[in-house]
Order: sequence, then C-alpha cells, then structure tokens
Amino acid sequence: MSVCLLEMKSVSVAYENNIVLEDADLKVYDNDFIGVIGPNGGGKTTLLKVILGLVKPAKGKLIFDQELLNNNNIGYLPQMSTGDNSFPVTVKDVVLSGLMIRKGLISGMTVQDKMKASQVIEELGLTELSGSSLSELSGGQIQRVLLGRAVIGNPRLLLLDEPGNFVDANFEADFYEKLRVLNKRMSIMMVSHDIGTITAYIKSFACVNRRLHYHPSSEITNEELMAYGCPIQLITHGEVPHTVLKKH
Amino acid sequence: MEGNIFQYEFIVKGLFGALFASITAGLAGTYIVSKRMVFLSGGITHASFGGIGIGYFAGINPVVGAAVFSILSALGVEYLSVKQKIREDSAIGILWAFGMAIGIIFIYLTPGYTPNLMSYLFGSILTVTYADIIALGIMSVLLILYFSVFYRTILYISFDELFARTYSPYVNVFKYITTALIALTIVLNIRMAGVVLVISLLTIPPNIAMIFTKTYFRIVIWSIVAGFIGTASGYAISYFAGIPTGATIIFTLVMIWIIAKSIKQVNNIVMHKSNGK
Repeated sequence: MSVCLLEMKSVSVAYENNIVLEDADLKVYDNDFIGVIGPNGGGKTTLLKVILGLVKPAKGKLIFDQELLNNNNIGYLPQMSTGDNSFPVTVKDVVLSGLMIRKGLISGMTVQDKMKASQVIEELGLTELSGSSLSELSGGQIQRVLLGRAVIGNPRLLLLDEPGNFVDANFEADFYEKLRVLNKRMSIMMVSHDIGTITAYIKSFACVNRRLHYHPSSEITNEELMAYGCPIQLITHGEVPHTVLKKH
Repeated sequence: MEGNIFQYEFIVKGLFGALFASITAGLAGTYIVSKRMVFLSGGITHASFGGIGIGYFAGINPVVGAAVFSILSALGVEYLSVKQKIREDSAIGILWAFGMAIGIIFIYLTPGYTPNLMSYLFGSILTVTYADIIALGIMSVLLILYFSVFYRTILYISFDELFARTYSPYVNVFKYITTALIALTIVLNIRMAGVVLVISLLTIPPNIAMIFTKTYFRIVIWSIVAGFIGTASGYAISYFAGIPTGATIIFTLVMIWIIAKSIKQVNNIVMHKSNGK
C-alpha cells in the first residue's frame, strides 16, 4: 500500500458555534485522486482550508507525513472569488507566486524560477499572455493561471476547489487530462459539483455533509450510500452513463 | 539679491518637494489604488486633522499629532469593521468626521491666532519648510527600500490575501506595516497638498499610469513620473500666479489625467479604424 501523506483524526470545525465539520476522519494516500462531493455549505471548502492551515480545527488533529508533506508542500487552487482579478498583476507573476511557499520573506526570484514559470505557462498554453495582466484574461484563462500557480512548486498534494466552474468548454477535457498527468506525481483532492465529469478521473470519493465519509473507490453502490445517509445528487459513469437523483 | 534667495529657495523646495512627494505618493498610491483602499485612505487623512488640532493645543509639532492620529484611525477602522462588525465604509465615515471635529474643537480652544490652519487644510507653499522636505526625503528612501526588498511579498498579499495565508504566517504583519507607512506618507504630504486635497495626490498619478499600463511595477514608475510632472509644474504655476499650491497641483494633475485619457481614446479610435479596414 502506498504512503499515507496526511491523516485527519476526528476533526471538527465550527464557525461561531455553527458546526460545519464534525468528527471527520480521512487518510490521504500518495497518488490518490479524491473527489470531494456534497451539498453547498456542507463543509467541502472548509475541509481544504483545514488541511491548508487556514482554519484551525476546534477539535481533533491532523498528522502530516513530515518528509513528504508539511504545509510547504501543498498546492492550492482556490475558488475564483478569493483574489481580485482586476488587480494589476501579470500572468507570470501570479504563476511565480506559487513558489513563495519555498521562499523566505525576502523573495527574489532566480533565473531558474523564471524559466520554470515560463515552462508551466507554456504547458498551460498561455505563453502569449505571459506578460498580460489578469484583467485582460477570460475567466477560464485566469483559472489556468491559478492552476499554474498551484503546481509550479511541484507539490505532493494538490487541493482544487471547484476548478470546473470557470474552465471554458474547449479547455475542459484538456484540463482534466492535465490533472491525470499531474496525478502521477502528486495526490489530488478536488472539490466539485460536476460529478458527471469527475467520476471518469477520480480514484476515490470523500462525501462531505458536516460528517465525512470516505469511499476508497470511484464507484459507490446504492447500499453504501444508504448506509452513510448523505443526500447528494450523483451521476456515475457505468457502461452507460446514468444519473442517480434521489435522497439516499 | 533678495530675489535670488527666494528663487533659490523656490527651486530647491519645488524640485525636491515635488520629487519626494511624487516618489512617496506613487509608491503608496499604487498600493491603495490597486487594493481599492482610496476611501479608507481619505478617511485616515481627514481623521489626522484631529492630531493637528491637538498638536496646536498642546504646543507639540502638529505633524507628529497627525501621524499618531492617522495610524490610530487606520487601526480603528480595522478594529471597528473586523471586531465590532460595523460596515467598513460606515466605520470610515464615522472616524473621518470624528477626527475633523476633534481638530476643529482643539484649534478653537487654542489661545491666539492660528495662521497655519488654512495651510493644513489646503496646503501652502509658504509653510513648507526644509524640515518637511527632509522628512519626505527620508520617507522616500524608506518606502523605496521597503517596496524593493519585499516587492513580491507585498504584491502577492495585495493580490490574493487568502492564498498568501497558505504559505506565510506574516500576512497581517505586512498589512499593518504597509498601512502604517501609507498613513505616514499621507501625513507628510499634507504639507504639500493639505488635508482636503492630499488623497488625490495619491490617487491621480496611478490612474494616469493605468491608462497606459496594467502591471504593478510599471504603474509605480509611471505614477512617480506623472506625479513629478504634475506636482512640479503645479508648484511653479502656483508660485508665479500667487494661488494656493495644493489646489494648483491637484488641478494640474487632473488636467494631465484628462489629456492622457483623451490621447488613449483617440488612439483607440485610430486603432479601431485601421483594424476595420
């Protein structure tokens, strides 16, 4: 069995007495690709923020594999709304900011850093926009830039929060294909509404609705869902793609 | 001979005053414009008038009083909006007027005539001292050092604070230091443009720059250049025409902004036409 990068032990999170996550247990293994699903306000984003250290758990603890993964080795693609997309910052500078994790406070970028950034930008098909500011880009292009920022540091764990929301249609397949390639060298946890698309790529599920249920395979049987009692809309890919739309 | 001494003083104060004002205002202004903190900065500026009033009353340097007040009001807005859950723009509105009120009350209570009151409100060429210029010069050096050493750190925190928190535990420290430096920049520039007008010294130059460029570093450089042209020529015009400095500088800067905007507009139309063919 592969190495466990991160273990959550009965983690609870509350925002002003409002419990968003309760007794969550989760083990993230090397090269896993976890689809994080669940209803709005169910605690999916909070789960990612706990792992990033942005939110302190009220109860429970997180154990990181010290060698492979400390807080410095996690890539993060937040939901679109966190940054100011009219801010005067170039594509290249945003991608480079992903390296700040490894930098101290005095943060000069070396020639190697800049070459690495150019390479990441090229892989994302954004070379021509490298010197443009974010305000000149479309939503989908910005999302690609932010993916570049998340992966430039070659993290062992990549956290993606609703990456499908703004990806333009002609890049979508490409985007998920990139994730498949990245998954060969890093574990991925991806929050998504777009269950139909992600089932083709993910290896396991985490179903989050205040409580967390982990399913170590990308297929969930109805019986399993019954037992866990998480009300979600689920679309699975079988021989023929079909949709499960019920409270179970 | 007396004329020569005046001319010498005029040139030295004008050149160095304009240079340091545009360096400090360009660096601080690009930050507040990019981060949409213009209203907050305007509030801080007006609140600092309370410190000027208390300074007069207590017989200490009004600039020191203004500096203390501006930093306290910046922290006050943060406290009221984050801890007390008062809407930020309301908190600014309250502190803005409160500082002005304190200033007026204390100046009223100060015995004797206060000739410099108008100069603090609208800026005056006559009251700018060499000490003011030197203070602005030191501030310029300080800001240049701060922004060049921590350029990326400041840029990235401003752009996406949440992401910056994933890798740096010092986000708040940087935010407070930067805000304090901006408060000080504003206070030192009050001598040039006055409490009422100084905020435009910070906001117009970056907006001129942003007509032509959209990357942070270039906005800084071009707002310093635009600021220098506007401040120096405004200063000269006010000297020769015998009209208030602050108002003339702001008027000149707005004229530059309108001209730049028109050039860009015309350029766009020409480009559009040639593309259409």
